[in-house]
Amino acid sequence: MNGPLLDVRDLHVEFRTRRGSVKAVEGLSYQVRAGEIVALVGESGCGKSVSSLALMGLLARPAGRITKGEILFDGVDLARLPESEMRKRRGRDIAMIFQEPMTSLNPVLSIGLQLSEPLMQHRGMTSVQARERATELLTLVGMTDPERRLDQYPHQLSGGMRQRVMIAMGLACDPKLLIADEPTTALDVTIQAQILELLTELSRKLNLAVILITHNLGIVARYADRVNVMYAARQAEGGAAERVFTNPSHPYTRGLLAAVPRLDRPRAAQLATIEGAPPNLVNPPAGCRFAPRCTHRTEVCEADPVLFEVEPDHLVRCWHSNVAKTPPEQNALSEPSAAKPALPIVKAEALTKHYAVRSGGVFSRMNGVVRAVDGVSFEILAGETLGLVGESGSGKSTIGRLLAGLEEPTDGHFSIELDGANDPAARRRAVQVIFQDPTTALNPRMLVGDIISEPLRVHKLARGKGDIDARVASLLESVGLRAEMAERYPHELSGGQRQRVGIARALALEPRFIVCDEAVSALDVSIQGQIVNLLDNLQQRLGLTYLFIAHDLAVVRHIADRVAVLYLGRLMELGPRDEVFANPSHPYTRALLDAVPVPDPVVERNRGSRTLKGEIPSPLKPPPGCVFHTRCPIAKEACKQSVPPLRETIPGRFVACLEA
Amino acid sequence: MLGFLARRLLLAIPTLLGVAVITFLILRVLPGDIVEVKLRADGGTVTQEMVQNERVRLGLDKPVVSQFADWMRGLATFDLGNSMWTGRPVTQEIGIRLALSAQLAVMATIVALLLAVPLGTLSALARGTWIDGAIRLFTVAGLAVPSFWLGMLIIMGLLAFNAMPPLVFKPFFDDPWSNLRQLFWPALAIGYRYAAVVARMIRSSIIDVMGEDFIRTARAKGLPERVVVGRHGLRNAMLPSITVIGLEFAFLFGGLAVTEQVFNLNGIGKLFVQAVTQRDFVLIQTIVMMSATIFVIMNLIVDLLYAALDPRLRVR
Repeated sequence: MNGPLLDVRDLHVEFRTRRGSVKAVEGLSYQVRAGEIVALVGESGCGKSVSSLALMGLLARPAGRITKGEILFDGVDLARLPESEMRKRRGRDIAMIFQEPMTSLNPVLSIGLQLSEPLMQHRGMTSVQARERATELLTLVGMTDPERRLDQYPHQLSGGMRQRVMIAMGLACDPKLLIADEPTTALDVTIQAQILELLTELSRKLNLAVILITHNLGIVARYADRVNVMYAARQAEGGAAERVFTNPSHPYTRGLLAAVPRLDRPRAAQLATIEGAPPNLVNPPAGCRFAPRCTHRTEVCEADPVLFEVEPDHLVRCWHSNVAKTPPEQNALSEPSAAKPALPIVKAEALTKHYAVRSGGVFSRMNGVVRAVDGVSFEILAGETLGLVGESGSGKSTIGRLLAGLEEPTDGHFSIELDGANDPAARRRAVQVIFQDPTTALNPRMLVGDIISEPLRVHKLARGKGDIDARVASLLESVGLRAEMAERYPHELSGGQRQRVGIARALALEPRFIVCDEAVSALDVSIQGQIVNLLDNLQQRLGLTYLFIAHDLAVVRHIADRVAVLYLGRLMELGPRDEVFANPSHPYTRALLDAVPVPDPVVERNRGSRTLKGEIPSPLKPPPGCVFHTRCPIAKEACKQSVPPLRETIPGRFVACLEA
Repeated sequence: MLGFLARRLLLAIPTLLGVAVITFLILRVLPGDIVEVKLRADGGTVTQEMVQNERVRLGLDKPVVSQFADWMRGLATFDLGNSMWTGRPVTQEIGIRLALSAQLAVMATIVALLLAVPLGTLSALARGTWIDGAIRLFTVAGLAVPSFWLGMLIIMGLLAFNAMPPLVFKPFFDDPWSNLRQLFWPALAIGYRYAAVVARMIRSSIIDVMGEDFIRTARAKGLPERVVVGRHGLRNAMLPSITVIGLEFAFLFGGLAVTEQVFNLNGIGKLFVQAVTQRDFVLIQTIVMMSATIFVIMNLIVDLLYAALDPRLRVR
């Protein structure tokens, strides 16, 4: 018989908090069969992670509990299982891997011990037997030199390798079900592709059922067989991945698909967005959860919608699922990148930043040099956005920090064109930064109004309470927030609102040039679109120039006029956005673009996998010759010898590759 | 590893030199010297000449700089000098008392750890319950109650039960039973406060550690809670506590004047007070240098323990 391995029926999870009980999951039902990859998709707080912690019996106690529903796994209801029985199944029948490989492994225990633990616990192996099996497991997940790895500690491994160790640990006791909670969110696109390819391959090979929790629709399209879209604790849509993607029937699913900038579609002038934010789950609105943000809202939406079957194997929780099927409008490219008066505002000349690594203490010796940025030259024209992409460790953030004056270059120099005075204070005013994580970049003990007005007060640009309040109000308004927000603390705002505050703070000094360092990476898709559009509008209105640092190539393609690709502190390719994306010259650029999954299963199936092998080498010991030759699919002998210079192939396009 | 040790020991030299200079200067600035104290204690008539002769004998007539140089020369050759009061070598004066103070420090640390590790862990795991409340009350009391006062209570209790411990100190290897009976009670009095400090530290670090992602991973493996807490939690949580334990231990080595007085113990603390009242410069300087050295060594041991427990800190 071929029944489902896991059958979740009408699952409800609640958390009791001081502010009331939060209904984190309401009426979730889905099935998973052996060998199948089922995705749970949604934005943060939608209940996708909580629902799988509930499967594992790992809800935070005593606050969280399953209030209703069944979790039938192999015919046993896990929701009613006592902890002692549940514990026997955890790690043996169901395993789970987590988002942050950096923090999910115990830093003080060796890899070998951590891998052996489930084996000794569930299989009763001796430590010698467990070690043997651990070696097998590391080989299974594609790690080289497994014997030596067993005696290493997590800090000695890269993020990708740690996630492989996590997977090996999950697979230790041959589980039937593996839950992967955002397994690649913290990793680079190339490593993400490697890890997900591995999971898919293992799932086929071991007939393993996988629940893949993610916010990335591209990942779902490339890897999942079935998908469940969650919104505000409820299932919005679910079914076979292909059906959901070809015929998205919930306005939320359609909105999400439209909000993701895609590499396989023409670039739209503005990103489609879903206005507003998800509801508070302490007191959710009655009726359809999505109604307040929905453009198809009618009176019926005040009643709770049920799950309709729009077609076989495709369920939707929407009253209008069969009516509201206008395809997401693609507002076509309106501005043909009008030739702007191109005067360079930033000129960087052989910019270099090396960090000395010391052994610590007074009598320390220099142990080496990290070549974070190694002789990078470029210009940024007034009013344009230069996108800076590359894997982590490529030096992109360092360049941002150098231009913002937060670090001094070791060598080379850069100039920033300023009108008027050129003293250090004027320079600080003219260059501002928007940081990645709005939660940690804003001082939690300061009011929003004080955060925004601090630069004004420091530079004495506004005097008196009236003046300052007026400036703060107008800044808040310019980033789409109400003036009352000035009286709030950062923790009272949502992630998107906090990033708007970060932008308002950067705008306070009326800068000419803004470094956006992964400014939208920490935000949910629907919010990300809003912020990208805001940055775009501000640029047009205020004539700003951006350096937009990001690892998400699709977002960069949307916002940047020109793109610079960085690898190990060196510039690989630089050119106009459309040309670089349509026709990448450097093999590294091609590999990066190939690694990005597109939210369309049909497109994905025809792409085949061309994942980049290996990982970015240590900037302590960059390879000789072309730094990319160790991973390059077309590297020749000459690439190991000589450093390819950055040369202009066609006017405006620069490539550092001997073969291009 | 050896290079690391050598570097750390070399670094200790400027630290100790600084301690020496400051101690020396403070002593010379203090009014009065041993000669006045000593001769006044002898009673009778004291002539200017007698004072002068005694000063010359003790070397107190020399310029301050050359006195300091003499002392440094002595330290470098491990000749610590003689007590100005008794004339016996200071090593002999300190010797037996150091044995007592060291043993007390070790016993108090054992008492503290035996109390603090289970109490701190239990308190963290039962956070917010009445168990946690009771343990926290117990530890706050430990911080608030002075050791000597607790000592007096203990002695009164012992008297009431007619179980007075021995009054004369016997080294552990001569008469362990008498030794332990004598030192157990002061170790308990000192260890209570010590335990309170450490238990609170352990509680807060376990609460932090149990919220870490790797604890969730350990649970997801199906490990029993005992292993999750013991192997994955405690080992990480002990790190900050080790610093506290090391400093407390070094502090106890330096003696505890009041508690020693209460239990009538001849420890370093009592000797130190006595040396200060007698202005016995040589003895004071030696005790201070000894305490400083112990602090430096304990710090080094703490760093080595850190490296042993946390692979991220190991020197490559």
